[in-house]
Amino acid sequence: MTTPERDHPSMLELRNVSKTFGSVVALSDGNLALESGSIHALVGENGAGKSTLVKIIAGLYRRDQGEYLLRGESVDFTSTAQAKDAGIAVIYQEPTLFPDLSVAENIYMGRQPTNRVGRIDRKTMRTEARKIFERLGVRIDPDRVTEGLSIADQQLIEIAKAISLDARVLIMDEPTAALSGNEVARLFSVARSLRDEGRAIMFISHRFDEVFELCDTITVMRDGAYIATTPAHETTIEEMVRMMVGRDVATLFPKVDAEIGDVVLHVDGLNRAGVFHDISFSVRAGEIVGLAGLVGAGRSEVARAIFGVDSYDSGSVTLLGKALPAGRPAEAVRRGLAFVPEDRRKQGLVLDSGVARNLTLAVRNSLRRFGLIRTRDENRLTEAWATRLQVKAFAMDTVVGTLSGGNQQKVVLGKWLSTEPRVLIIDEPTRGIDVGTKAEVHRLLSDLAGQGLAVLMISSELPEVLGMADRVLVMREGRISAEIDRADATPENVMLAATHQTEAAR
Amino acid sequence: MTVPTTAAGSIAARRTALAKVGARLLSREAGVAATLILVVVFTTLQNPNFVFSPDGYRDLLLTPSILMLVAVGQAFVIITRNVDLSVGSIVGITAYLTGRLFIDIPGIPVLAVFLAGAIVGGALGLINGALVAVARVPALVITLGTLYIYRGLNVAWVGSDRINASDLPREFRSLGTEQILSIPVLTLVAVMVLIAAAWYLRNTRGGREFYAIGSDPDAADLYGLKVNRRIITAFVMSGALSGLAGVMFAARYGTVSSQAGTGWELQAIGAAVIGGVAISGGVGTVWGAAIGAFLLLTINRALPVIGIQDFWQRAVVGALIIGAIVLDRVLAVRQARKLRELRDTNND
Amino acid sequence: MTELRTVSGPRRTMVPHGRPLWRRAVLTREGAVIGMLAVVIVVALTTVPNFDSPLTITFLLRDVAPILLIALPMTLIIITEEIDLSVASVVALSSVTVGILTRDGAPFELAMVAGVLVGAVAGTINGFLVTVVGLPSLAVTIGSLAMFRGISVGLLGTQAVTDFPEEWTSLARSNIPGTPIPSIMIAFVILAIIFGVVLHATPFGRSLYAIGLNKEAAHFSGVNVGRTKFILFVASGTVSGFAGVYFTLLYGNARGENATGMELAVIAAVLLGGVSIFGGRGALHGVIAGVLLIGTIGSALRLAGVTADIINVITGVVLVLSVVSASFLAWFHRARATARARGEKQG
Repeated sequence: MTTPERDHPSMLELRNVSKTFGSVVALSDGNLALESGSIHALVGENGAGKSTLVKIIAGLYRRDQGEYLLRGESVDFTSTAQAKDAGIAVIYQEPTLFPDLSVAENIYMGRQPTNRVGRIDRKTMRTEARKIFERLGVRIDPDRVTEGLSIADQQLIEIAKAISLDARVLIMDEPTAALSGNEVARLFSVARSLRDEGRAIMFISHRFDEVFELCDTITVMRDGAYIATTPAHETTIEEMVRMMVGRDVATLFPKVDAEIGDVVLHVDGLNRAGVFHDISFSVRAGEIVGLAGLVGAGRSEVARAIFGVDSYDSGSVTLLGKALPAGRPAEAVRRGLAFVPEDRRKQGLVLDSGVARNLTLAVRNSLRRFGLIRTRDENRLTEAWATRLQVKAFAMDTVVGTLSGGNQQKVVLGKWLSTEPRVLIIDEPTRGIDVGTKAEVHRLLSDLAGQGLAVLMISSELPEVLGMADRVLVMREGRISAEIDRADATPENVMLAATHQTEAAR
Repeated sequence: MTVPTTAAGSIAARRTALAKVGARLLSREAGVAATLILVVVFTTLQNPNFVFSPDGYRDLLLTPSILMLVAVGQAFVIITRNVDLSVGSIVGITAYLTGRLFIDIPGIPVLAVFLAGAIVGGALGLINGALVAVARVPALVITLGTLYIYRGLNVAWVGSDRINASDLPREFRSLGTEQILSIPVLTLVAVMVLIAAAWYLRNTRGGREFYAIGSDPDAADLYGLKVNRRIITAFVMSGALSGLAGVMFAARYGTVSSQAGTGWELQAIGAAVIGGVAISGGVGTVWGAAIGAFLLLTINRALPVIGIQDFWQRAVVGALIIGAIVLDRVLAVRQARKLRELRDTNND
Repeated sequence: MTELRTVSGPRRTMVPHGRPLWRRAVLTREGAVIGMLAVVIVVALTTVPNFDSPLTITFLLRDVAPILLIALPMTLIIITEEIDLSVASVVALSSVTVGILTRDGAPFELAMVAGVLVGAVAGTINGFLVTVVGLPSLAVTIGSLAMFRGISVGLLGTQAVTDFPEEWTSLARSNIPGTPIPSIMIAFVILAIIFGVVLHATPFGRSLYAIGLNKEAAHFSGVNVGRTKFILFVASGTVSGFAGVYFTLLYGNARGENATGMELAVIAAVLLGGVSIFGGRGALHGVIAGVLLIGTIGSALRLAGVTADIINVITGVVLVLSVVSASFLAWFHRARATARARGEKQG
């Protein structure tokens, strides 16, 4: 452990914690020390043991061995309720609120303030909720129904819940994944004010720039074990990655130069009221067009509209020279368009189904012989793609939900690539994937472009966009604000276009 | 991005008015009540006997009160995102039980019979609730099974027997006709139960948990709410209130056969849905279910008066149910769109 | 290829199945139901007097035929996580249609076709409300159950039509020559093969399972969810209409109250047959066994002198026990699978 000895106990401490499921070791050596008044980052690849660690802290799992200390006292939680009572709150990536109930009720459910008779005191509840929001510096109406609130607002309600319970330890699990730039800034200032109140905050994220911006301490894990803890200002991204992966990663984004051919996808004047305006661009064979911008700029919406899952009000989409009718995903697939969606688990895969069934879902009609489909053919196709993409699963009918994030993404890719598309739209290709598989995916995209595939890649990770794209389109608040060639693209001008209107705007 | 052209003040006003939970509640119940009043007024204009005759008045207030109890119980269950198809069978069992108790135990106090009905109904509901909560089986399936089981047991018990008015003590039968301040006694009892139920669901911590569980069962679990306990309670309430309704059934009609209560589950669900209790749970009030029960039965009675044969009653009920859920859907879509637009303008 | 390490070791070829054949065939809900059916048949043959007469099969299959027929589209609907509670009311509506047209002098062939068409129209209404308007099928079909039943009762009132052409009623009651198997089973077998092939061996069938397990992912994969469900509801209505025509001929009457409660029997049988109420799981052979199981239990008990109400109690108990045990098994499997998977994923 590299943290100095303290004269008072840490707020939360884990020492040599291990957890095994059957014969498999999920966590072999978990170590962590959260101090009050600090924001502590936990980084590691998928499979490093982070989520097991968090679940032990939250009381979802019980540790097999090791010590778990809260303010120096040993604890052993058998339920999440116990952990909550002890002052531990976890803010998950997807807030779990009650959509039909008001914000205030969501915060105080089960603990509403009551008068002597036991009747709920709604006025006090409202006032208390308002006070909490004031402390956080946000404006949310406590009486409004939570349905329809943005994810960012919902997260803040979860934080308000934690504060109302006077949580001394707050764990935030990938909180910024679905937030726009403004919302991230707001979340960070909330986190800082919570830290200044003396709480201990743990921040789990794959986004290194955010880690360095917000956190004062970083703990790295790898393969179920603790690796190191350093103060943030004493380390760099490269060193962190090295500790996470175990060796130097030379190139993460090996984009090969490819011959750029004709226009295969042409979007003209696409409009959807309140979502995107006057979107026009083209993608050529062999080209990777990066679609950059802040979350909430409307990029996924544009992609979904092009593919047909969502509708649009006006404009046109031309695929391989022919007009593509709106709102017909099946037709789009038939004509050579493929779409790897943003949310792998909810939109990309049928988690309870097997690998082969998932992989052949989009091409099922082409596998037909005399109208029938045979499992043998499904398996053959699956094996071919699984080999190509190096999908690691035991059997054809292994339930996809049990695979790792990286393997799941490969199944989704296999599903779409098996349709032999001419255009691939891929939304956040490497979100939630470990560094190793990330590079595989990038190499794959580069190869495919080299073979003539036209790729539209939506990504919120600047390094990925800058590394992979031949051309970068930047969207801001529903419009394309810039189009930048690879040679001219820098983090600065892309970021600028994503946040401000520039002269280069279309 | 569209920029609203109205002044900031009116946006805020629209936002609070639109998004307030209370506003949404109020509109549905008021709407159903208004419809009820319209139907009554319209039909009475056609034929004053609809309301202004002893039979008419009794049927206006008394008969629906019995269904109302079942509908209120059903509302408890539907709010938690479940359904109880066995209530009709429970009504049948307790109605016959009432008669049997009076016959087999002469001199039994009326209050004891009411209690017995509620307790037996509650016990039958407990079975439902335990199976749904503990075995994690969907309520649709469980109560489908218990509908069969309870009705079968009921028919086996009753056989070809039948309770007649003469079997029941006069003081009990008179409950079916007595009035206090010209409101039927049984209606008063039912309304008191309704008020207690409504107060519980609106103003106690336990009551609010029903809504939470129906709104998002997984979130409720994660939150640490005692989901199983509440679900069991909901089914016990549904059973107990149906049991109470069974006793009232005997008091009101005097005759009980093995077919008593048949089809009541559909009417109770229909009443709740019409009254604004969404099948998906988390929304609606027992007030709505109660008014829905009144509306349903009053419309049924009104049909012959306005010239439609009463054979068409069930068709009207079905059309009302479908109309209610279509309305719910249209309103929900519109509301969601408005809330999203407000959120988007908020973020600018 | 760049030296990139991934989480697990070198890749092995995938085997076709994660579990051996015998486990897949026998240790399933379908296997359990078929097993139970076999047991019940054996028990009934040995203990119930007169059960082994050929008439038993005839009466059983004749009575259970409408349920067998309707269970076919119902299986597909429940697999897509929807439900159709209105089937019995559609049977009645079809029956009443046939009755009224016959009574008013129409040629009987026309009346029969009209009965089936009325079912198709009813299914279209259901399908429209569910897929176009976007309403939950539970609520919609509770409403249409009442509405269609109400229309049936409204059209005929308390009357019944009982005068039907002799050649058709005797055909409905006839057997396949030389066997105790009712002729209607020919129609059932044809339909069962069609539905079975569609469900288990066509892209359409694959899409049904996908829809039931993850509607959104199916949509994103190019499956036309709305159109698929619409087709299923129309199929359900049409088959119910056909069952209604058969029902009318079998019992020789058309009444508004015909087939009351049949929807419960159908759903109970389908669930008993291993179809999950949550969608995404189920197979036709299990469902057929489920219908036959309930029918056999009822038939055997009836022959043994047990009254209808007790038979209903037993049907209810069997249904409840089957889903409770299925739920328990599923919980057990899930707990094991996630524990195993957690090992592979390493937290």
